[in-house]
Amino acid sequence: MDTIGTHSLDFFKTDKHEASRALSRSLKNRFLTLLCIALSLATLVPLVSIVILVLKNGLPLLSRHIFTELPPAAGMAGGGFGNAIIGTLVMVGIGLAIAAPVGILSAIYINEYAPISRLAKTVRLVAKLLTGIPSIICGVFAFAIVVMRTGYFSAYAGGVALAVLMLPTILLTAEQALTGVQSAYREASYGLGATRFQTIIRVVLPDALPAIMTGIMLAVARAAGETAPLIFTALFSQYWANSLSEPTASLSVLIYNFSTVPFPHQIQMAWTASLVLVAFVTAANIIAQTAFSRKH
Amino acid sequence: MSAPDPDSQPIADFKSRPDLFRLLCQAAAALAVLTLGWILYEIIYGAWPSINKFGWNFLATAAWVPNREKFGVLPFIIGTVASSGIAILLAFPLGISIAIFLNENFLARPVRQTVRFVVEMLASIPSVVYGLWGIFVVIPLVKGFGDWATVHLSGVPIFSGPAYGNSLLTASIVLAIMILPTITAISRNSLSAVPHTLREGAYALGATRWEAILGVIVPSAAPGLVAATILALGRAMGETMAVAMLIGNSSRLSWSILSPSGTLAGLLANQFGEATGMQVNSLMYAALILVLITLLVNLAGEAILRYTQKKTAGIH
Repeated sequence: MDTIGTHSLDFFKTDKHEASRALSRSLKNRFLTLLCIALSLATLVPLVSIVILVLKNGLPLLSRHIFTELPPAAGMAGGGFGNAIIGTLVMVGIGLAIAAPVGILSAIYINEYAPISRLAKTVRLVAKLLTGIPSIICGVFAFAIVVMRTGYFSAYAGGVALAVLMLPTILLTAEQALTGVQSAYREASYGLGATRFQTIIRVVLPDALPAIMTGIMLAVARAAGETAPLIFTALFSQYWANSLSEPTASLSVLIYNFSTVPFPHQIQMAWTASLVLVAFVTAANIIAQTAFSRKH
Repeated sequence: MSAPDPDSQPIADFKSRPDLFRLLCQAAAALAVLTLGWILYEIIYGAWPSINKFGWNFLATAAWVPNREKFGVLPFIIGTVASSGIAILLAFPLGISIAIFLNENFLARPVRQTVRFVVEMLASIPSVVYGLWGIFVVIPLVKGFGDWATVHLSGVPIFSGPAYGNSLLTASIVLAIMILPTITAISRNSLSAVPHTLREGAYALGATRWEAILGVIVPSAAPGLVAATILALGRAMGETMAVAMLIGNSSRLSWSILSPSGTLAGLLANQFGEATGMQVNSLMYAALILVLITLLVNLAGEAILRYTQKKTAGIH
């Protein structure tokens, strides 16, 4: 297939023009193949560079203390970012507690109750559009509805921002999960006299659960890495949080803050935090794609 | 006549009872829809004083001086469009190449799977880590290139000096890497949706592999490739942290891609935390512009994607 031009050269021995044309077509074909391979393998460069730098600069500081101690003050050595790890987990948790019920129940409505209704069509379109909304806008929204009303930066505000960010992912993957449940299961359940509610709770949801969990883990992975929604909702804190209604540290904001200071120790801590964050996000992604996948 | 069949009683009961779970699900769906409107409402409400005061001039003024209450976002709109435009120029050829590479069998399957895995990994790296990496890797590279370019290409306006590390070009390069997964994934889907019969037809007419790819397969998938580019553009425009860390956040207008610039998203990230009074309203106004631009771009991308799917639905 590749070199159909050169194989047919014999037929055109007498026609020099035709032969050189076939050769140039073949050469052009070879050249484009090599170019395409080269460009594709070039993508390895940035990823390898990021991974090597995160490991090289992040590993030296990685120790037990990183997870248990507070961030060092400007120019000081030692310390860790235990409060930022907890802050990230807490705010992702708040976001999940809001986004998961709304997303999954919406998905049930648009797939089980009224799949071709106008509301269902609108939900699908809005979810798609929400996916495309810049994450910083989620922060602006949470700033407006939480920070401006309560008057202070808080973990709640950060959680609300992350909830808006996670909602479309959870909703759309849950809908796909429900679509994947065979309709024979539903019919069998109705045939046995089950109500629609019983069918959804006992038959449809259990079958769709692994795929729904995949969507939730993907949303968690994305939310954990986000900085923009947290930067002016949860802000940052040097201390352990006593409540959910005070400025709260997070890993991503810590990386942002420490990356722009002129102290080598803080910068190295930013790399270590990147290592922890990338490890967490990658683990969540891998769990999403493997642990819950089931073979039918 | 006997008494009514006792068995029918529960069914009648059940039917007359409202389905609470259904109502709950419906409420959740309504809330999901309302979220988008709620976001827009809150932003417009917050921006209102600024909209009233500055009107359309806000879009056309190049001044952002909070302590003198002078607000205009022209440089940031230009910076947003320029940085994502350059990022698309860099990422488009690369993304399409990878999509073609994944769709053909140039190299063995394991190699292709590795490339695919790498591209997916690129999508999962947090924006702030790209920013950190950009500070220590891309900024020195661009600074080096800039110092060279300002001397040897000094006649070209986009390379006029002085060269900075925190520049439009730095942000665009990192943005290009970040949107590569979006372009690749959508392009690959539309390439693999092109029916095999078209490729076989091209081969039967004596086309080489690349004549088939460039003459038949890519043109058939073109609307999908356009949609991929538009959706990637939407992502690039909304990308915040990496850009805020690399672009220099300047509101000065310059022709040079080696000068610091600023984007709408970066402006929000930098100033929201400490803003007061009219500055908050003006930042809300800037957020409104950002939302409207990205919504418009995404709607266009989705519409083209939908049109493509409808068009190719019947062919096999």
